[in-house]
Amino acid sequence: MSASTDSLNSRRRPRAFAPWLFLAPGMAMFLFYVIIPIFQSLWVSFYDWDGLSDAKWIGIANYLELLDDDAFYTSLKNNIIWLVLYMLSVPAGLMIALFLNQTVRGIRIYKSLFFFPFVISQVVVGLIFSWFYAPGFGLLYKLIELVTGQGVAILADENLVTYGIIAAGLWPQIAYCMILYLTGLNAVASDQIEAARLDGAKGWRMLWYVVIPQLRPATFIAIVVTVIGALRSFDLVSIMTSGGPFGSSRVLSYFMYEQALSEYGYRMGYGAAIAVVLFAIMIIFISGFIWKMWRDEKGVR
Amino acid sequence: MKAMKTFAVAALIASVAVPALAEQRTLVFNTDASDPAPKAAFEQLVADFEAAYPEIDVVVNTFDHEGYKTAIRNFLTADSPDLANWYAGNRMRPFVEVGQFIDVSDVWAENGLYESLGSALSSMTIDGKQWGVPYTYYQWGIYYNKDAYAKAGVDAASIKTWDDFISACEKFQAAGIDCLTTGSKALWPIAGIFDYLDLRTNGYDFHMQLTSGDIAWTDDRVKAVFAEWAKVLPYTTANHAAIDWQDAVSNIVQGSAANYVIGNFAVAAFKDGGLTNDNLGFMQFPEITPGLARAEEAPTDTIHIPAGAKNVEDAKLFLAFLASSEVQTKMNGTLGQLPINSGSSVGDDPYLAAGFEMLSTADGGIAQFFDRDAPAEMAKAGMEGFQEFMVKPERLDDILERLEKVRVRVYQ
Repeated sequence: MSASTDSLNSRRRPRAFAPWLFLAPGMAMFLFYVIIPIFQSLWVSFYDWDGLSDAKWIGIANYLELLDDDAFYTSLKNNIIWLVLYMLSVPAGLMIALFLNQTVRGIRIYKSLFFFPFVISQVVVGLIFSWFYAPGFGLLYKLIELVTGQGVAILADENLVTYGIIAAGLWPQIAYCMILYLTGLNAVASDQIEAARLDGAKGWRMLWYVVIPQLRPATFIAIVVTVIGALRSFDLVSIMTSGGPFGSSRVLSYFMYEQALSEYGYRMGYGAAIAVVLFAIMIIFISGFIWKMWRDEKGVR
Repeated sequence: MKAMKTFAVAALIASVAVPALAEQRTLVFNTDASDPAPKAAFEQLVADFEAAYPEIDVVVNTFDHEGYKTAIRNFLTADSPDLANWYAGNRMRPFVEVGQFIDVSDVWAENGLYESLGSALSSMTIDGKQWGVPYTYYQWGIYYNKDAYAKAGVDAASIKTWDDFISACEKFQAAGIDCLTTGSKALWPIAGIFDYLDLRTNGYDFHMQLTSGDIAWTDDRVKAVFAEWAKVLPYTTANHAAIDWQDAVSNIVQGSAANYVIGNFAVAAFKDGGLTNDNLGFMQFPEITPGLARAEEAPTDTIHIPAGAKNVEDAKLFLAFLASSEVQTKMNGTLGQLPINSGSSVGDDPYLAAGFEMLSTADGGIAQFFDRDAPAEMAKAGMEGFQEFMVKPERLDDILERLEKVRVRVYQ
């Protein structure tokens, strides 16, 4: 008897230790590449530093300057537009997923085609749309010219440029949401559909009361990736306009890059201050998501 | 901060520098010569240097021209080459001030460069010392399509003043041709227009004071420059903010636009597009304020020795080699640009000959270019302001006030 309890104890101890051992590499990476840089950014944001010479402590001067910087408000406004319009990719992705969720010959090819924009690089997406909009030879430009007689250079118009870039961003984002919903649809219980059908539900009512509730996990993830995707939109802005014309398509992440790292920037402190603000906005969403996940997990137990 | 930097340096050195410890005398040369002509010129230069010094092996790292401007800050602090391309004037100041470039005044003194490279001496000097060796410059001016001039019935030779140019613009408009084209997507091409308007309106000294932050952007003399600019805006390509400088080149090539304020490097692009010496014209920027000493714009490209260079001795040999008249003649022949060395000769290219003539008779001074004369942040804000002005001229006062705010902060 005593021998068996001994061996049980000695087996239990490594068991308590093992999870941490497996987690350690991931946690170390997370610490070095996420946690520490966050605090470093916060620290750098209190300095005036060009990355070469000695840093000078200036307290919250960077933040005060941000409050008085038109470019900051332009970026913030554009980020909000991004956030709102990017949300369209969730219902759009759901529609396409529902449309593709049928057993037809060759459906896999259609699925792949719809998924394609998510697979290609954002840089390529940006270039494709730049040519699409290009004055003189772009497809959309020509089309508008044909219809209205006067072409519109979308990427040169301060009022249209952000929408033009978001349209490019939606293309891969819709594909992403679509794939999330397609996997979600596989898990929809067919007996419930069957039961609902017997009760006479169809069309919108079926979708709204039976299918969508079962897709909640997929919806949650789709919203999370879309919010984060909208807030960190950088590549498309960089590729398509470099923030132009005259800075009107800037978003916070690009503004940060411009100030801290671009050819004419190197204000590390100021860039870090923008990063901190962006992080503060993100943390609102992220903590909301984490809180929901935590609540759901507790509910399950 | 220091620790962060040291860590990055250590990591990079560990990963990259090990092969450099070999016995062979090696020179690592980082260059932005990614375009075809510069690339050929540098390949030739390195081959000639290796032929003259067979015991030295030059390792060339070619960076993308635009990407180089950000890459240099990383490699100077992390994994320094022995030689690096850069630009003269204020553009090299940040690196000089923090000691990232070494003083090469001894190369200048030992090789008589104060004489032979005299025209670039002032733009290479900070604190009375020289920080690199210039090897080429090129003029900016107005390049035009002679066929477009013929079509609109304008005689290019008759344009002497800005008013002449504007009245020519009316004729171009009547002929359905954009009088002036540019591509401002990357911002810098329009800085050339501003520079010339300012140099012609207020002169070289004023322009230098403005770019070094001694004059307020809200000054009436600055407003006068924009007033001149406003005259040509109705005749400027409408979608300039959406296109790159190469796209504006095609406007000239296709004859949909007549004039383009650009640097001589564009000649290669014009000719690739199909223009020839017969229908591509060049003229200097017309006069605005009569009697002003004529200043021109000619950015100078340079090579420097970074402070972290491992083989400074051979790097200096390389700079001395680069400064010699034969090397500069040969190199600029390939580049299609002007040599700095007064003993060098210019090929029979008509645009270079015109540029050489124009620059050597400029009594007002030689400006480097807005983003090289002004500090980086001012340059960025300024060029963005120029672009906004070109699209929304009615916002000029707001723009100038914003630039003034930047000036107060940048030059404090």
